[in-house]
Amino acid sequence: MDFLNAIVALSNYVLIPGIAYGSQLALGALGVTLVYGILRFSNFAHGDTMAFGAMITVLVTWWLQSLGVSLGPLPTALLALPFGILGCVLLLLATDRVVYRFYREKKAKPVILVIVSMGVMFIMNGIVRLIIGPDDQRFLDGERFLISARDFKEMTGLSEGLAIKSTQVITLITAIIVVALLFWFLNRTRAGKSMRAYSDNEDLALLSGVNPERVVMLTWVIVAALATVAGVLYGLDKSFKPFTYFQLLLPIFASAIVGGLGNPLGAIAGGFVIAFSEVTITYAWKKVLGYLMPDSLAPDGLVQLLSTDYKFAVSFVILLIVLLFKPTGLFKGQSV
Amino acid sequence: MSSDPYGDRGNTAPSAAHGGATPAAADEPFLIGQGMTGGYGNGPDILHDCTIAVEKGEIAVIVGPNGAGKSTAMKAVFGMLDLRAGHVRLAGEDITALSPQDRVAKGMGFVPQTNNIFTSMTVEENLEMGAFIRNDDFSGTMEQIYDLFPILRDKRRQLAGELSGGQRQQVAVGRALMTQPKLLMLDEPTAGVSPIVMDELFDRIIEVARTGIPILMVEQNARQALEIADKGYVLVQGANAYTGTGKELLADEEVRKSFLGG
Repeated sequence: MDFLNAIVALSNYVLIPGIAYGSQLALGALGVTLVYGILRFSNFAHGDTMAFGAMITVLVTWWLQSLGVSLGPLPTALLALPFGILGCVLLLLATDRVVYRFYREKKAKPVILVIVSMGVMFIMNGIVRLIIGPDDQRFLDGERFLISARDFKEMTGLSEGLAIKSTQVITLITAIIVVALLFWFLNRTRAGKSMRAYSDNEDLALLSGVNPERVVMLTWVIVAALATVAGVLYGLDKSFKPFTYFQLLLPIFASAIVGGLGNPLGAIAGGFVIAFSEVTITYAWKKVLGYLMPDSLAPDGLVQLLSTDYKFAVSFVILLIVLLFKPTGLFKGQSV
Repeated sequence: MSSDPYGDRGNTAPSAAHGGATPAAADEPFLIGQGMTGGYGNGPDILHDCTIAVEKGEIAVIVGPNGAGKSTAMKAVFGMLDLRAGHVRLAGEDITALSPQDRVAKGMGFVPQTNNIFTSMTVEENLEMGAFIRNDDFSGTMEQIYDLFPILRDKRRQLAGELSGGQRQQVAVGRALMTQPKLLMLDEPTAGVSPIVMDELFDRIIEVARTGIPILMVEQNARQALEIADKGYVLVQGANAYTGTGKELLADEEVRKSFLGG
């Protein structure tokens, strides 16, 4: 019984939140890795791109809610998601037209583009705060739990409860669908293959007749969709606050680099590596260990390796370790 | 060799005057780069009044010592650098002002010396990308290429980056052949492969030529290349030093002494 309780507690506090968080990071990292692979710079504006897409979705969600539209047990935000993606696509295409294209034509070095993307980041950040404000916004509706802790306890008779939030399930399912669509696109369609070819060997792709402007445009559209989905899922699961998206930049970059920049599969793996590291290191293990160990050995303290306030340090440390020992990331990516 | 294997892709409007559209003489070669003078960007001239021509159904080879401008001459023919004088004509049409991409559309296939495959894509995807500008069904062409390079059929699902040097070159040539070019240009196809693989590659190149595609090739291994060449160009310091059939050049006392090691 104690063993089962330990497993339930572990699932409740580590596995399930880790999977949801990992999916969100993976979607974010996919966007970063695509920009790096095709436009060849680290896009620091990605976190705020996520915030912008999520903001549009939040606004449309409120509007739909005011009209009385709802998806029943599912959050209305899912209905608003396509609008958010559309808004984000327009923003990124406009940014590319006004800012990035200028530097692309000048064949600016990646390091210049990185700084440019920081400027874009501050502007996007400002736009989002101007429109929706810097505060926490709630836009989640529908059923909150798939299984609540109390129901679970009654069902199983265990003393530990297992709560599965509907947003966690939605996150996982959406992430799987989006990733499957992305990989189908990249590996099976002509346009997707031309994107991979351009990322692999720009000169040869040009020689083969691939139109670089088309590839760049496609990339921004896909990145906008990925960023919006990631931003909305994170907002649903936690809450929507512009500043948190800026903070998410670090774990997202860590995920992309740990997996291997430019490698989509790596971005997904990296997302889960970072998410699980963060969750396991900041989790207080007292409860789980208490169930597993004989009473005499039960730990006195919380057995928390790091306070949650320092969770960003985890991404940093993993990033450092990977860069020291395997600069190209776990999967074969480009070295930074 | 510059670090950018394809040199200047800019190919802005040619600064050289090429007196209007000269009607081609009836006996003009299929491809001719005539009196080419030019260099990379604003740098000094590398080519000096250099002429390279390929007849239909022939193999033409450019040889010469290191730094003679062999690859540069080929890049000039393909439009990768600005010509300050001279012009390039394909089947009688003046293409001096066209970009490399436009020349591919005109029927020129080019295999660069390095970075000539998509390493993270499968062999089959490499061939598909070669046919990117084609809108028709290219499965027939792909079959022909698999017949020409049987090893590629076996490895079609494998990543091109995992293949050996000789196999990579076959992928590179196959990729260029996917557009069904009227002319194939190879920049040192045997660089960095073992002598056995080199012989095999030359055999394959002869086979490609037998299908009726004229070939223009830059080669470091002058002797072997001249043996299979219908026409040979020996360049020295960016200018034509000796021109003749492969046999003539191999027999020429001067050429043998200076470039073929006696």
